[in-house]
Amino acid sequence: MTDNIVDAFTRALLDVDRLAAKQIVQNRGHDTAPVKFAEDVVLPALERIGAGWQSGTLALSQVYMAGRICEDLIDQILPPEDPDRKNQPKMAICILSDHHKLGKIMVYSLLRASGFDLADYGVMEVDDLVEQVQKDNIDILLISVLMLPSALKIKAVKQKLARLGCDVKLIVGGAPFRFDDQLWKTVGADAMCRDASDAVSVIENIMEGMA
Amino acid sequence: MNQKSVTSMQRVLTTLGHREPDRVPFFLLATLHGAKEVGLPIKTYFSDPDNVVEGQMRLLAKYRHDCIYSFFYAPVEIAAFGGEVVFTDDGPPNSGEPVIKKTGDIKNLAVPDVKNTPCLEKVLTATQKLKSRVKDDVPIIGVVMSPFSLPVMQMGFDRYFDLMFEKPDLFTHLMQVNQAFCVEWANAQLAAGATAICYFDPVSSTTITTRQMYLKTGFAVAGQTLAKINGPTATHMASGRCLPIIEDIAATGTAAVGVSCHEDMALIKNACRGKLAVIGNLNGIEMCRWSSEDAEKHVKEVIAKAGAGGGCILSDNHGEIPFQVPDDVLMAISEAAHTWGRYPLNWTADK
Repeated sequence: MTDNIVDAFTRALLDVDRLAAKQIVQNRGHDTAPVKFAEDVVLPALERIGAGWQSGTLALSQVYMAGRICEDLIDQILPPEDPDRKNQPKMAICILSDHHKLGKIMVYSLLRASGFDLADYGVMEVDDLVEQVQKDNIDILLISVLMLPSALKIKAVKQKLARLGCDVKLIVGGAPFRFDDQLWKTVGADAMCRDASDAVSVIENIMEGMA
Repeated sequence: MNQKSVTSMQRVLTTLGHREPDRVPFFLLATLHGAKEVGLPIKTYFSDPDNVVEGQMRLLAKYRHDCIYSFFYAPVEIAAFGGEVVFTDDGPPNSGEPVIKKTGDIKNLAVPDVKNTPCLEKVLTATQKLKSRVKDDVPIIGVVMSPFSLPVMQMGFDRYFDLMFEKPDLFTHLMQVNQAFCVEWANAQLAAGATAICYFDPVSSTTITTRQMYLKTGFAVAGQTLAKINGPTATHMASGRCLPIIEDIAATGTAAVGVSCHEDMALIKNACRGKLAVIGNLNGIEMCRWSSEDAEKHVKEVIAKAGAGGGCILSDNHGEIPFQVPDDVLMAISEAAHTWGRYPLNWTADK
């Protein structure tokens, strides 16, 4: 039954059919908690779409639109700060050093659509980012980049945080990491996401390690 | 063909005609390495067309490749629209805050005057001077961003997707403005001495857009735009995939396609055979950590998969070599291109 719902929800997202997607959310039944719906339907649908993009059968525009639709829908049934949002480490997301926001928006949307909450730092440079992360006592920092020079600056973020004694797990993503699968290690990250839908499983793995 | 008697221009024209020249042509699409060659910071290098002329000529002599790349950097077009260019010491200049801050700004967007825009004039001056240096021996590749892909820098990817899917009237208006600029900018470069125009169109790639959406948007825009450009064009996907739309790309009237390292060159070559020349597809990001042996292996792979019968130009997959790629890797790529690219490609029979 859930598979059928995931199929239908995935189809609605790929067709950019907001009404059909909303209908599926509304028909979920009163005994299905929003977080459970996010876990059982929204996340699998977004993971399928992400996998389709990785394999070359789906386009980034579909991943992006799907994430935005889901974020809007989940916000309606599970508002920000809702106590039902997942018990989680303190997380933040940012773009480092360039103005290309798409990757960050997709990950942010997907995490929120999956029941997580996180701070959005927007575009940051190395020193401001380090200061903000220390001030907010962040446990997991997600960094999105488009340009290779921006990716290489992550090394400085890692080093400066370590010097301050901040035990922050760094998760990185963006085009340079998809073209060189060793680069995330080179810059000192703890993990990388190949696409937005990787983010949930990567975070859950890190959370297991932190437990 | 006798290798010594063949110019780069002849070599490239032969392969574009889907015949085998003396060897597989090699396009080193390097911009930032020119600054390294002349010993200048990137911002200073691009401030004076003479620096770019000198940088390109030194790269040509050093790496013995088959084109001049008169491209400065992608946001030069954003600067023409009044936007900000952000320079760094170790990478390509990047576009700053979007020039289209809200979708309503699209209605007021004016087509830049190519001949009276200083940043574009520098490119044209460099092109003229490069032409006087290489004459008709080496093709000069000019660059435009496609009207369909430029909005990523004009307004950001996210808001551009929103526009494309949800505001078709404003999207059409933006395409009209960008198309008028693109045609004028391409033709000005051709008039200045560029041999061909590289039409960068990553948003049309199936990495970014579905074929269904492409046919309604980027395909139509490309067909109309390329028809008004007074010279040959190559469409470049800047690392994006394009195998499912190869036939469509050919139908836009372009002569060649720059393809992703995420696609199999043999499959691409089969799909393009007789219709489009293939440009690619060395992984520019990975190249930063290649050894000389890696470089040779990857060059051989491209040539083995796509070299036979002509219609193949060895190059990177993005259309711009990262600043971090060491010179000895570029030299190893060049050596391998000269060694293994020589026709007939008898050695590939063993593969």
